Parts: sequence; C-alpha cells; structure tokens
Amino acid sequence: MSQTPAARARGDAGSAAGTRAGLSSTARGGVGTSPPRPDGALKAAGEFAFSSDMWMEDMLWGMTLRSPHPHALIRAIDTAEALAVPGVHAVLTHEDVPGEKRYGLETRDQPVLAFGKVRYKGEPVAVVAADHPETARRALARVRVDYEVLEPIADARRAAFDPDCPLVHEEGVPAHPEYNQRGNIVRHQPVRTGAFAEGADAADLRARAAAVVRGEYRVGMQDQAFLGPESGLAVPAPDGGVDLYIATQWLHVDQSQIAPCLGLEQERVRMTLAGVGGAFGAREDLSMQIHACMLALRTGRPVKFVYNREESFFGHVHRHPAAMRFEHGADADGRLLYATLEIVLDGGAYASTTAAVVGVASSLGVGPYEIPHVSVDAYGVYTTNPPCGAMRGFGAVQACFGYESQMDRLAAKLGMHPVELRRRNALAQGSRVATGQRIDMPLPMAEMLERVRAMPMPARRGELADPADPRTLPGGLANTSRGERVVRGVGYGVGLKNLCFSESFDDYSTARVRLEAIGGEPAALVHTAAAEVGQGLVTLQGQIAHTELGVERVTVHPADTSVGSAGSSSASRQSYVTGGAVKAACEAVRERVFALVRERGLVAPDHPAGDLALEGGKVVSAARGVLAPLAEVLGTGAVEETRVFRHRPTRALDPTTGQGDSHVQFGMCVHRAVVDVDVELGLVKVVALDAVQDVGRAMHPRQLLGQIQGGSAQGLGLALMEEVQVADGVIRNPSFTDYLIPTILDTPPMRIEVLEHADPHAPYGLRGAGEPPTLSSTPAIVAAVRDATGRPLTRAPVRPEDIAGVGD
Amino acid sequence: MEFLSPSTWEEALAAKSGRPEAVPITGGTDVMVELNFDRRRPGALLDLSRLPEPAQWRAEGGHLRLGAAVTYTAIVEHLAGHAPALAQAARSVASPQIRNRGSVGGNLGSASPAGDCHPPLVAAGAEVELASVRGVRRVPAREFYLGPGSSVREADELISAVLVPAPAGPQQFSKIGTRNAMVIAVASFCLVLDAGARTVGTGIGSAGPRPLRSPEAEAFLAAEFDWEGGAEPSEAAARHFGALVAAAAEPIDDVRGTAAYRRHALAVMARRAWVWCAADYRKGAR
Ligand SMILES: Cc1cc2nc3c(=O)[nH]c(=O)nc-3n(C[C@H](O)[C@H](O)[C@H](O)COP(=O)(O)OP(=O)(O)OC[C@H]3O[C@@H](n4cnc5c(N)ncnc54)[C@H](O)[C@@H]3O)c2cc1C
Repeated sequence: MSQTPAARARGDAGSAAGTRAGLSSTARGGVGTSPPRPDGALKAAGEFAFSSDMWMEDMLWGMTLRSPHPHALIRAIDTAEALAVPGVHAVLTHEDVPGEKRYGLETRDQPVLAFGKVRYKGEPVAVVAADHPETARRALARVRVDYEVLEPIADARRAAFDPDCPLVHEEGVPAHPEYNQRGNIVRHQPVRTGAFAEGADAADLRARAAAVVRGEYRVGMQDQAFLGPESGLAVPAPDGGVDLYIATQWLHVDQSQIAPCLGLEQERVRMTLAGVGGAFGAREDLSMQIHACMLALRTGRPVKFVYNREESFFGHVHRHPAAMRFEHGADADGRLLYATLEIVLDGGAYASTTAAVVGVASSLGVGPYEIPHVSVDAYGVYTTNPPCGAMRGFGAVQACFGYESQMDRLAAKLGMHPVELRRRNALAQGSRVATGQRIDMPLPMAEMLERVRAMPMPARRGELADPADPRTLPGGLANTSRGERVVRGVGYGVGLKNLCFSESFDDYSTARVRLEAIGGEPAALVHTAAAEVGQGLVTLQGQIAHTELGVERVTVHPADTSVGSAGSSSASRQSYVTGGAVKAACEAVRERVFALVRERGLVAPDHPAGDLALEGGKVVSAARGVLAPLAEVLGTGAVEETRVFRHRPTRALDPTTGQGDSHVQFGMCVHRAVVDVDVELGLVKVVALDAVQDVGRAMHPRQLLGQIQGGSAQGLGLALMEEVQVADGVIRNPSFTDYLIPTILDTPPMRIEVLEHADPHAPYGLRGAGEPPTLSSTPAIVAAVRDATGRPLTRAPVRPEDIAGVGD
Repeated sequence: MEFLSPSTWEEALAAKSGRPEAVPITGGTDVMVELNFDRRRPGALLDLSRLPEPAQWRAEGGHLRLGAAVTYTAIVEHLAGHAPALAQAARSVASPQIRNRGSVGGNLGSASPAGDCHPPLVAAGAEVELASVRGVRRVPAREFYLGPGSSVREADELISAVLVPAPAGPQQFSKIGTRNAMVIAVASFCLVLDAGARTVGTGIGSAGPRPLRSPEAEAFLAAEFDWEGGAEPSEAAARHFGALVAAAAEPIDDVRGTAAYRRHALAVMARRAWVWCAADYRKGAR
C-alpha cells in the first residue's frame, strides 16, 4: 500500500482519492429531475477540495523553469548551482526524461522538457523539487540556460504560405518521417461540393449570384480561464510505479502519454482524479503530469505542483486565433448559392488538437446552412506562438463568428431580416452538411429561430424603473454615461456543433456498476474514469443508475484508472458516451437480477423479460405487481457488471474533397442578443442574451440551464473582452487583471427555452449540450453591437476603439 | 522576511526610519499581489493595518482629513458628501472584497498611473501628508507623483493622511474600463468646480506616466462656465474643453487600450462631465 494524500480543506475526512471532493454521495432523483449536486454545497462554502489543496507530510514542491524566449536554440543547460541550494532535492532537464522525450495528444511532438530548441515563450526547460516553494523558486533562478535567440515565427499566414518562412519543426521530427511534411502546416483540410468539386472557381459562381458578400474576420486567442490552476500530486509507489492525483479531463489519455515518457508500463502509472476547478478544454493536454512523476520517481518523495495564475497562462493551450476570408453568394430571394472560405488557425508551437480543430472548422465551416456549392480551405499552422488546442466549441466557434457575420451582411445587402435569411437557408433533418453527411436526427432550426425571435424583448431604457441607474448603463458604476449616445441593438446567432469525437475516432466509455444490499437496502455503486470537471457528470451518473435500477442509494466511486477509459470530458460527449456506458452496465446488472428472480422461482423460468422492472427498490412485474423487495432478491451477494459503450462509428474526411460522415451528432443553439452601446465611448452593456437550444432530452434541467448560461457567458466574453494578446510570440496580459472575463454586472438575465426533440441514436435521445451556446452567443452579441453602431466590426473580441471608430 | 508590527504610529515612524527599505502594508491588495507573483521580495514588511490613527477621518478646517488606511468601502458609505468625486472613484474600484481592504494610502503608496484615487485628489487640490521621525510635511497631490510607481515620498516617510478640501461645487469622476465592473482604468477623468472661487480642477488618470491635469482646460472652463446659472455648454465649447483635456494627456498604447482611444475617451468624458456638473450646479450643488 502506498500512502494516499490528504486534502487540507476544512471538514475533510480524507478519502481513498485523497481529495474528498464530495463527489461520491447519493443521487436522489432519476433522469429528467434536478437532484442537488454532491459538490454544490461544498463549493459554495469554499470547502471543496480542489487538486491544489492536496497535501502530504513529506511532500516536495515541484516548480518549472520556462523559456523566456518564443524561439531560441538551447546551447547548454547548467544545473549545478541550482542543485547546490540547500533544500533542493532534484533539478531535472531533458537528459533526465527516462523514456520517450516527447508526448502529445494526437502528434507526439511536444518535448517533456525542451531540448535543442524552445518554440514558445513559457516552454518548460527544467523542473525542480525542493522542500519549500520558495527554495524551489530560488533554485530555478540558478539554472543557467545558454540560449541563442532566433526570430519568432509569429504570423500564422506567413508560416503557412510563405515558402521562405523558417520551419518551426524540422521535417520528420519527431522521429516520424510522416511528420511535418507540409512544413509549418499541421493540417490542411479542403471541402469541395457542387461545382467546386468539378473544378469551378468562385468567379463562375459569382456571375450567377444576385448578391455577393465578402468579409475578412478575426477571432482572438481566448483563454479557458478555469479558476483552479494546473495542479497535482505524484506519489512514488513501492513497485517502482507512481500514483498521480490530478485535475484532468481524461485520465487514460494522460496515462497513455505519461507512461512511455517515464519508461513505465501503463499499469504502473495509476491515476486518480483530484478536485477539478473547471476545464473547458484546457486540461486535455498534459501540463505538469510528467514533471511531477519524474521528480517523485527521482526523489522517492511525493511531489506537488501548483501553477499560479500567471504560469497557468503558459501552462495550457488556448483557443486557436483565426484569420478568415469568407465569400457568400445568394440569389435575389436570399437563397445561398455558394460559399468560399479560407480559415487559418494559429496552432502555435505544438500540434495538440490542431488537426481535429481543423477537422471541425472545415466540416462545419459554412454552418447550419444549405449551400449547393461550397469550397473550404482550413489550415492549422505551427508558429512560435503559445500552443493552441481544445476549448469549448473547438474550431466551430471561430467559423461561427465568420459565417454568422456573413449572414448578417447578406441580409443587410438584400434588405431582409437576419432571421428570415437564416430561416430560408436553414438545415433540417434530412439535409446534408457540406461534407455530404445527412442529418438523421431532428434539427428544428427554423422553429428555433422563430422562437427566439418571438421571445419578449427586454424593457426599453425609457421603461426602466430608474433609467439613470448606472448599473443599467454601459460603463456601469464607473459613471461614463447617463444615457448620452446610448443606442440599443439587436442581433441573432446560430451555431452548429458536432458532439462527441469525430473522424473515425474510436470513442468509447467504460462503466462498472455494482448492486448489493447494504443494511437491508439495495445500493448501487457506479464506477467510471469519467472526469467531473464541474459540469455535473457525477450527478448524472447517479441519476441514470437511479432510473435504471430503481434504487435510491447510488454512490459514484471516485474516478480513477482502475476501471477502463471513459474518454474525455470534452466535445459535449460525457452524458452521451459515459451516460450510455452507465446505462448499459445498469441494464446488464438488471438482467442478472431478473435471472436471480427466475432462479429463486419468483417467476416462471420462461417469464417474459419485458414484464419485469426494478422500481422503488422492488422487483415489479407489469402483470402481477410487486414480486419482492430488491434487497431480498440480492441477499448477501452482489451483482456487478462492466460495460463498454461506443457511439456509432464515424469516418475520416476525404483529404481532398472533405466528404465523409465524420460526425456522430449535431447540436444547435440559437441566440438573440440585445445590447445598449455607448457609441461614442465604445462601451457595451448586454441587456439580454436569450437562447433556444435543442438538447434531445433534458437529463438534469437545472444543470442544463447552468451549461447554457455558462456557455453563453463564455461567448459573451469572446465577443466583448476576452483575448490573450500575443505580440511577437509574447503574451502581454497573462493575468486576470488584464485578461478580462465577464463579471455578474456584464452578464445579463437570460431567457432560455429548451427543446427536447429526441435523437433516436442516442441514449435517452439526449444531445450533448455544453458547447453549442458558446458558438452562437458571440456572433449574436457582435451583430447587436453592429446594429447599434452601423460599424462592420469584423473582429472578436470587439474593442472599445473599434466601436467608437477611433483609429479607423 | 521580517514582519514589523508597530503598535503605535510613533513606533511605525521609528521603524520606518530604522529600516527605510521596509515595505509598508495597509490593505495589502497591492503588496500581496506583488509578493505572490514574486515581483518583490522585501527584507521586511511594516504592518500599518492594526494602527488606529490611519483608519480615522474627520473634518478639519475646511478639509476632510482622511487617514491613509481608510478603505474604499468606508469612503463610499460615509464620505460621499465630503468628497464626492473621491467617493465616485472609490465606488468604481475593484470588487467589494478589495474595497473592504484597499485604502487611499495604499493607492498613493503604489502611485500607479491607473490608480483611481489620483484624479479626484489632483482635481480637488488635495494634499498628501507625509510623516517621518523628522516631522510632518504636506505635499499638494499635484506635485506628489513623479512617474509610474514613484512619488516624492522619502524612504523614511509614511503617508499619514490626505487632506481633501470640502466640496464647494459639483464634482464628477468617470472611468473607462472594458468591462462593467472590477476593471483597471483604461482612462479616467475628474472635474471639480469651486463655485466660491470660480475655479476649476481637472484630473487625468491612466493616460500618462503619472496622474495629470490640464491647466489650459481648467482656465478655459473657469472662464466659460456659467457661474450664475449653470447653463448647459454649447456643443462647440464642450468640444473645445474636451480637446484641451485630451491634449494634456500623455497616453501610450498598451494591453488595455490605444493612445488614440485614450485621448478620444478623455475628450468625451470631459465634455460629459461639464454637462453633468452644469446640471448639478443648476440643481444647487454650488
Ligand atoms: C483584484 C484587484 C482589483 C483592483 N482594482 C483596482 C481598481 O479598480 N482601481 C485601483 O485604483 N486599484 C485597484 N487595485 C489596486 C489596489 O487595490 C489599490 O491600489 C489599493 O488602493 C491599495 O491599497 P492597500 O491598502 O491595499 O495597499 P497596500 O497593498 O497595503 O500597499 C500598496 C503600496 O502602498 C504602500 N503603502 C501602503 N500604506 C502606506 C503608507 N501609509 N505609507 C506609505 N506607503 C504605504 C505599500 O508599501 C505598497 O507599496 C486592485 C487590486 C486588486 C488585487
């Protein structure tokens, strides 16, 4: 037995996981109800144990030395002076990496610790373990790294298209001849349909269109801004392996990257989920995992890492900034004829999920519109900027800002209402998206648009109880306006998002469910490796067991790697895939209980299975009523089943035509934003942000609203303030002082209508719900600001100077 | 790091004199951020947060004497009538938690060009009281700041109080931020009218290496303002006033905004401030 860490949070008893994250308590309601979440009260009271709260008696503190340059050769690293600092237990560089020197989610191109070259400012170069964080910090200051500074490769378009641009990664590196054959382009995915598939060019189609709109749009680099920074605790084990307690989104994919770098078999890297303080994609890639394990194995002591906020900006990937050139043509009635799109996504120094982001941006680049002739070219590019990867909306967010901006332009050109133009071109069940994939589930887009348009409008300024109340005005309590030059605007946005992993990925989840009688009551234990990142998955797993097994007492086991992979808490997939796995395991358990019922002679051996059910802790026959209490049937035995659930397979996109059934499921949210803009100062108050979303089935209505509100607010942030500003490869605002996220005064009341048109392919008919609102809220808000100002506003976030027209 | 905890103000002055490099800490809302992010590693902290004197305020000969440790929350709750523009500025600072700890003295100690107290203190013609074992001196706020993070305070001196003249006319403070709360100023502006002396004070924040004023704009408005009736300014006059304020700024492009936007925003805020002051004047705030 190795030791397990205790959490320091108040009221903590210390569970097997070390973080009494309060996640293992009982679910009190079934699917479709809103039982309270087990972590809710603890989080509200500040008592929830996050990964950063873990602590062990004899632990050391790990800390990372990062590159001060975006692009430089490393000529030498000297750690002697750092090692001499009293209290320092280890100083490790790339030479100390026991196994593979690189890791990565899709492409193993990222060094555990830099060697030869650094490719972004903030890249880890050395790690230290010391008995105190202050000691570790002092040691870091004494590591001498001899750099030869190179010119940063900061412009994604140049990196992609200028043959003279230096390469970020040499061809064939890392040790795979197939890598980096396209120079700095990680992936180029074209899509060609209609005349474009036959080689037509835009000029041919332009000639046939009554209205043509063109635009160049930019989306800035957004940060996930989770509140719990990267942290974890690695504990060396007697078997030469390591136990890692970590806040992550996918335990098993971490494990599969960590073990080879440590030179260990996968089984000897055991992982347990620690309390996760938000994720939004930023925890898909590794941060300090391998570093902590290396230091723990080297020192024989537990090693804890906690990044601070500034380091966190360098410790995780961000949303890809996008530069987009869109052209759309339509007939005089507003029916779309063609679209040509060029989307350049800056992936930064390492591939991360860039290829998959390109897959989404290309396949969903034209959005939820029927367009006969489509030509898309989406590029994901290496630069020496901070690496970019997964963030809520994943490639669809950037494209959505582009195509929705174009729809508004086109509507204006044709003199049509923006909703009417969208309705006329709306996808529906049976339509095909640009990849040729047929939508074989309900997609009531036209109805959703009508509904959001019909929602009551917020009160006009003049109708407010106190129109001079500064909290109702742009600028808020900073007293910049009493209503002068404040203009209201309204805008709409629609987004189409793929849900679950796409493009032939083997996307599955595993669940183990155990049913037994405890104290005369039937109790279920649900065990998966699925990461609760705040979305409420633990509650949902309990609800499913409650519904499927008819028991009140459901315990959800802490997530760890002693059960099979659950896949990632991303792509809005966990309710679908892990929910599906829990459902399947429950069904298997149920079948075994029914077998027991037959064995015990409670029903005839040939009794039809469809007649039996588990309800309210009893075995019930539809024909004969209650047969027996479940606890009695179970006796002293336990029934345990493990099931793997897969959604239906998907296909890769054709590399030249972009055709293929690449997606599992489509999600959609529609927004209407109402804003008050101080058109002179360029300040915005979002007055209302109303939404309609089809979720197939509202599994937990209250948590669902939280997802829609949160996603909408995150989209608001991207519309108006959130941007990691990068100049020449350097992040200029790595702090919450200058990376602004919306406060409660920036976030308006939201009317939300939830539709439940079941997806026949999905468990319970559900549709992933976390991402779609993040797509549509940004363009809706920017459209509303355009409506108020009449300015083109082609970049998100919109800045005050853009709105006020200063520097035009 | 040593932690010096004087129990009286005199002890604090003696401690500062003995250890001039010791860093005073009042609310800690700047100091602790610097320590946490390793931007500063002082050999000693001098804790002023437990002393009674700096937390007090009182009216004193036509002034409000505001102890250096008086918090933003206290100013908002108790002093809006005594220092209206400062109270408006205090209301715009940070979040309730920070306002409960952050102080005017700390804002002056940090002397950030973006500090929200500075434009009201400059515009109102406040004085900063500096104390040391050598004695006490008063420096006009207009002369206190030298550049980002630097002031005329000597190493052995502590800020004991600020003296804000009692209001003698309308005052307005406005601040631009990219979100509607909890934001460091992109630019800020304060206008203080003295109806008795028929003078005008201006304060410009976050648009130069230190808080600024515009003597030209002040002179122009003192001449143009309708001291009899508080008439609304003409569009042209208001624009001219705004342009003079903008011209006095020395802004740069940075992560929070561009120099051009800052100038533009100052001109707009100045114009509006005149209009609002005139309206208040008509309502009797003379
Ligand atoms: C989240 C957050 C938001 C913020 N938002 C704003 C904002 O909107 N506007 C704004 O202006 N500021 C803001 N600040 C900065 C800070 O809150 C203010 O500057 C505040 O006034 C500092 O006061 P304090 O008492 O906390 O100072 P401290 O942190 O205690 O001290 C600040 C500096 O002053 C020195 N000092 C303190 N007292 C004295 C004294 N009596 N004599 C001499 N030197 C002294 C200290 O040594 C230090 O250098 C923010 C800070 C945070 C953390």
